[in-house]
Parts: sequence; structure tokens; C-alpha cells
Amino acid sequence: MIEMKNIRKTYRVAKRNAGFREAVRSFFQRDCETITALDDVSFSIEDGETVGYIGPNGAGKSTTIKILSGILIPDSGECLVDGRVPWKNRIEHVAGIGVVFGQRSQLWWDVPVADSFELLRDIYSIPPDLFLRNREELTELLDLGEILRTPARQLSLGQRMRCEIAASLLHSPDILFLDEPTIGLDAVSKIAVREFIVKLNSERKTTIILTTHDMQDIEAITKRIILIGKGKILLDGDISDISGSGGIDRTVAELYRAYEI
Amino acid sequence: MTALPGFLSKWKKYISFFRLRFAMGLQYRTAALAGIATQFVWGFMEISVFYAFNKTDPAAFPMGFDQLASYIWMQQAFLALFMTWFMENEIFDSIMDGNICYELCRPIDIYDMWFARSIANRTARASLRCIPILLVAFFLPKPYAMTLPTDFLTFLCFAVAMLLGMTVTATACMLIYMLSFFTVSPQGLKIIFTMTAELLQGSVIPLPFFPPRVQKLIELLPFAAMENVPLRIYSGHISGGAAVKAMLLQVLWITVLIAIGKFICRRAMKKITLQGG
Amino acid sequence: MKTEKRPYKIPAAKLYLHYVSIQIRSMMQYKKSFIMNVLGQFLASFNAFAGLHFLFMRFHSIAGYSYSEVLLCFSVTLMEFSLAECVARGFDSFSKIVRQGAFDRIMTRPRNEILQVLGNNFELTRIGRMVQAAIVFVYGISKSGTEWNVDRAMAVLFMLIGGTGVFSGIFLINAALCFFTLEGLEFINIFTDGAREYGQYPIDIYGKRMTRFCTFVIPYALVQLYPLKYLTGRSDNVFYIFLPLAALLFLVPCYALWRFGVRKYKSSGS
Repeated sequence: MIEMKNIRKTYRVAKRNAGFREAVRSFFQRDCETITALDDVSFSIEDGETVGYIGPNGAGKSTTIKILSGILIPDSGECLVDGRVPWKNRIEHVAGIGVVFGQRSQLWWDVPVADSFELLRDIYSIPPDLFLRNREELTELLDLGEILRTPARQLSLGQRMRCEIAASLLHSPDILFLDEPTIGLDAVSKIAVREFIVKLNSERKTTIILTTHDMQDIEAITKRIILIGKGKILLDGDISDISGSGGIDRTVAELYRAYEI
Repeated sequence: MTALPGFLSKWKKYISFFRLRFAMGLQYRTAALAGIATQFVWGFMEISVFYAFNKTDPAAFPMGFDQLASYIWMQQAFLALFMTWFMENEIFDSIMDGNICYELCRPIDIYDMWFARSIANRTARASLRCIPILLVAFFLPKPYAMTLPTDFLTFLCFAVAMLLGMTVTATACMLIYMLSFFTVSPQGLKIIFTMTAELLQGSVIPLPFFPPRVQKLIELLPFAAMENVPLRIYSGHISGGAAVKAMLLQVLWITVLIAIGKFICRRAMKKITLQGG
Repeated sequence: MKTEKRPYKIPAAKLYLHYVSIQIRSMMQYKKSFIMNVLGQFLASFNAFAGLHFLFMRFHSIAGYSYSEVLLCFSVTLMEFSLAECVARGFDSFSKIVRQGAFDRIMTRPRNEILQVLGNNFELTRIGRMVQAAIVFVYGISKSGTEWNVDRAMAVLFMLIGGTGVFSGIFLINAALCFFTLEGLEFINIFTDGAREYGQYPIDIYGKRMTRFCTFVIPYALVQLYPLKYLTGRSDNVFYIFLPLAALLFLVPCYALWRFGVRKYKSSGS
């Protein structure tokens, strides 16, 4: 069970304009700007649910994921994940979640993936029998076989993403955050990843929160979407209610336009 | 007829690189200030060590103490002009992974372009950093203070020698870039070059502190033509005929280094066009 | 709730060794680069040694310290520094870890952050410096004619432990500062590379004020000057043998700053 109530988060960033003269000016005087990343965000997600979290770049998706995974503390609001406040007692919290950042690797670049898995076993203190069972199952479901013996840097993007996902699930988390897991993948890998996520949800009852720009991911994986724009939840509902005649891509584009985001 | 436009285009290239680097340097304001402070402390500690040695045995001190102080402060202020490790990894990477081919498609001489770039890098960084260091160094209390050169001619000689010294440094670095085309490990080449240069150009200790016989030999090498000559001319440790001789040696080394560099550059280009990278 | 409490936890030391073994296996993928790095480390400290050697050929002593005494000081400092680098230089590249967002990943794993940063950045290339330090140490000892006994051996051992601790503390401060700014950290070099370079000489050659600073602010003198006085027979104060261990207290404020930084990171996300 994930609950977010009236979460608010702001950042201060330094402004800087281009150009030689501006560089000289900002040497002496620097302007700051406050950006509201999340503005009164509330939602709740049941155990075993799959949710697509969508919105344009900079809408606040990553900030939400970071708050839920205990990396960030919000300015105000309440948040409970399986009864825990994520940013309090970080270690206990993160032992129960898995996070995949699509644009960043969590594998050790120069050693075979299997070695990375073993290190993760020790990092998460996964009991040996559970580790073996999970590894075997994930290897089969994600078709990792040979790949495990290859150093991560030599893998194709699709192979690597499959390994990333497996790596996040070795410790049997109850909740999995997927931040753009299909970005840059070829069609075959995309389908493999989607099918796996669906299966994971139905078999292990893992709660899944997925951010993506690919509406086909959403269609294939989730029933429920949450649309965020400019730090506000604009829409939270069932996917069948939204996708109208023109296909989901078009619908989302229209939504973006309607909310001016 | 083509010589003048050629020179102008190089000059323009230099100016545009310089502006770019200078603006970048300004952006990292705190970094620049921190760098200046670091170099300042560094210089101060360096002088303290020599101060202790001087107190222990003044008779063995091979230069005036004020000369040494000036040497160290000028060295810190213009560090960027002479440090041999100030090479661009970007260039090494493009040589290693073969991206250099894209540069070759452009209608420019690669030697001249890289040379303009490295001179721009060095001068931009040094011009940002030298003034605050020099200002503070002039107002320090006695044994640590930096002094002005004895006369205007010395200063003029120093300015010329500094330009020559920077050019020697840059052309030597160019040679390393060019040799990278032919070696399996540019990194190793770079390490050995920078470490040798550091010791032999007088960055670890000024050359007058080397044993006399070793010093005579080292002074003939190209490394001594880098920072050693301008810093010693400024401090007044070498002057007159010796200074002129040292500067002529700088010119000689520049000529030799450019000639070898350009020769290797041509060979490298031939190798690339033959093998396709 | 579904997650049952896990009774089982891998000890930190075992996990650290696992990290180290991964780092070594990774490095072996780049043997050439590794060797070059080791060579570079060796040559850099060789230059420092050569400079020192030439100066002593000319001056024979500095502020009452003989060549062999300074060599002892030089080698112990270098060894402390390279040990600290081996273990804690990971903090040195911490600005990169923060900038690339790798710290987010560390935060999503159920282990202490410092353990993860250190584990991920074990630096074997520093053995180049260590070899240099070991050679100079042996050379220094053979020339010094110091009579070795248990007290003196203990003093050296404590110097190594305390010195490694102090340098690691500085590296930790450097990393902690990355949470507040990614600029201007070059300044810390004074206390790391600078201390290594200028710690070649017993600190009191730099005068009283510097000695006081290095006693009470950053405890370099506690791991260098005072035990060295005991080692070279300048003092028979047994208390000096244990001073390097007291210097380890320096790690407390360093760690506090780090905790403070992590808290700041959690509220600003950068």
C-alpha cells in the first residue's frame, strides 16, 4: 500500500544565461529561482496494483519516485509505503523496494553480470537459497542464460535492461519502481520487458509503478494511469476511460494540450 | 600571398577558443577562487621549505632568497602556461577511438588547430588566475614577498621568454599528441613525459638547486626551455648574455619540436587515410 | 505486511571484501591502464624523492634534522597517504558520483552509504606510491642507524594507523562538501596532496604557528612530528607513541559533517 498525501517539493536553482557577457556578469552576481517540482500531490496505490505514471519531462515524475524510494524528503505532506515513511529509516525501507532507473545502470560495468548479482546478494543480505531460486526464475523469465557471463559494458541496451530489471528483483521486493525502463530499446526487447512486467505482477503480486513516455508500454502493462503536469496530478483513472477513438498517443497529446503542459 | 590569410585564420581560431575558455573559466567562479587560494598556499609552503634550508646553511643557497621567492610566485601565477599535464583528454580519446576521422573531414590543418587550442587553453586559464596571486604576493611580508624585476629590459626579456617557454611547452605536448597515433598506450607516454618534464623543467625544485654538473646538462634539454628560463630571467638569476643564450635555445627547441611534430603529423594523417582509422 | 523481517545480514567487512574483489576483477580488464597508473603514481612520488635528495646533497640537513630522519618522515607520510588513498580516495571522485546521480543508487540500497562509496571506489593503483614509500622507508632506516625496539616499532605502526585515519578524514570532508557545492573543492587539495608534499619534512620546520595549526586544527603533527621526535630520540616522552591514536578523534567531526551532508542531499536532491 502506497499513500501520498499533499506532498509538496520545491528546489532552488541558479539561473544562468548564455553568452560571454552573461558569464562575466554572473561571476559577480548570481540569481536563484525556486521551482515547484510537486504541488500538493496525493494518490494511493493498493498492493499488487500496476500504475503508469506519465507526464512530460520535468513534470515531477522522477521527484515522486525519489520521494517514494527514500532519496528525497518532501517539504510538506505525508507519505507511507507499506506503513513506512520512506525517508525515515532508509535502510529498512529500501530493503523492501526495487528501483530501475532506465537511464542509469546499477550493474558493475566491467565484470560479468553474474558477479554483479552475487555482489547484490551480499548488499541485500539475500539468503542463499532465496537468491538461487530468484536468480534461476529471473534467468528463465528474462531469458538471461548466456548473458550472465558477459560483462555489462558489452551488452546491448535490451540485454542490459533485462539484467537491470532482474538485478532489482533478486531480493524479492514487494514494490518495484521502473523509471523509463523501455527507453531506447528495440521492438523485441520492449515486448520482452513488457511481457515480463505483466507476468511479474500477476505471479508475484509485486506492486509496480512505471514512468514512461511510451504509451504502448502503458497500454500493455497497466490498467491505471496517473497523469502529472507542472507538479500537479491532473488525472488519475482507468486507462479504458481515457483512450478514446484516436488511440492512446493522441489522447495523451490532447490531454497535454488541454492542461497546457 | 596565402601566408597572411592563413595566419589570420589561425589567429581567429585562437581568439575564439580563448573567448570560449575564458567564459567557461568565469562561470566556475568558486572553482577559480579555490584554485587561486590553493596555488597561493602551495607557493607559501614551497617558500617556507626553502626558507628553512636557507636558515640551515645560507652559504649553500644557490640564488638570492628574494630571487627564489619571485621564482616561486611567478611559477604559481603562470602555472597554466607551463604545466605539461595540461593536455586535453578529449584529443587522446578521439585518437584512441578513431573519432579523429571526423576532424579530418574538416578543411583545417590538425596540427595548427590543436596548437591554437592548447595555447588558448593555457592563456585563458593563466590570465584568469595570475593577477590575484601576483597582487597578494607583492604585498606579503619580507622573505616571502615577490619583487619587481630590476629594470624594464629584464621585464621585456621575461615577457618574451615566457611566450617562448609556453610555446615550447605547447609544442612538446603536441609531440605527445602526435606520437599517440603510433603508440599502444598514449596514457603511458603521457605519464612518463609529464613526470620527466616536471622534474627537469624545475617544477619540483628550481634547476639551480640541482647538483651543478647535472644542472649544466639539464639546461640544454627542451624541458629547461619551458618555465625555467622565464622564471629565472624575471628573478634576475640569469641575465645579459646568459639570458640571450637561453632564449636562443628556446627558439631552437621550438623550431625542432614543431618540425618533428609536423613531420609525425603528416605520417599520422597518411596512416589514417590508408587504414581508415 | 508481506516482507518478513530478515534475520540474516552479511557482515560489513565481508561485504567490503566482496566489493574490493569486484573492483580488482574490473581493473584486470584494463591491465595496461592499470600498470600505467601504478607507474605514474610511482614516478610522481619518485620526483618528490629526487627533489628531496638533491636538496640534501646541497644542504645536508634542515632545521636540525638529518637526511635519514627526513627520509623516515617522508616515507611514513607517503605510506599513510597511499594507504588512505587506497581505501578512501573514492571520496575524492565523489563529486562525480553525485553529479552522475550514482548516489541515488547508493541511497536505494540497504547498506551504509560510506561502506558503499568506499567499496565501489577501492583504488589499487596507489600501490605505486606504496612501493616508493616502502623503498624509501627501508633506505631511510638503513641510513639512520636508529636502534629498533618494541616502542619504536609501535610508534611507527601507530603513525601509520593514525595518519591513514587523518588523511581518510580529509577525504571524507571533501566528499561531504560535495553535498553543498560541486565547485571550489580544489581547495581541499591543500590538505591532501599538499599535506603529502609538505609533510615530507617534520612540521616544525615550518615554524611555530604551522605546528600549532597542525596540532589543534588538523592533527597532522600528532601523527608525524611528535612520534617522530620519539623515534629520533629527541624526546623520551612515551605519551608521544600514542598520540597518533588520539588523532583518530578527528574522524568524529568529519563523520558528523558527512551525516549533515547526506541530510542536506535528501532535502535538496542534488
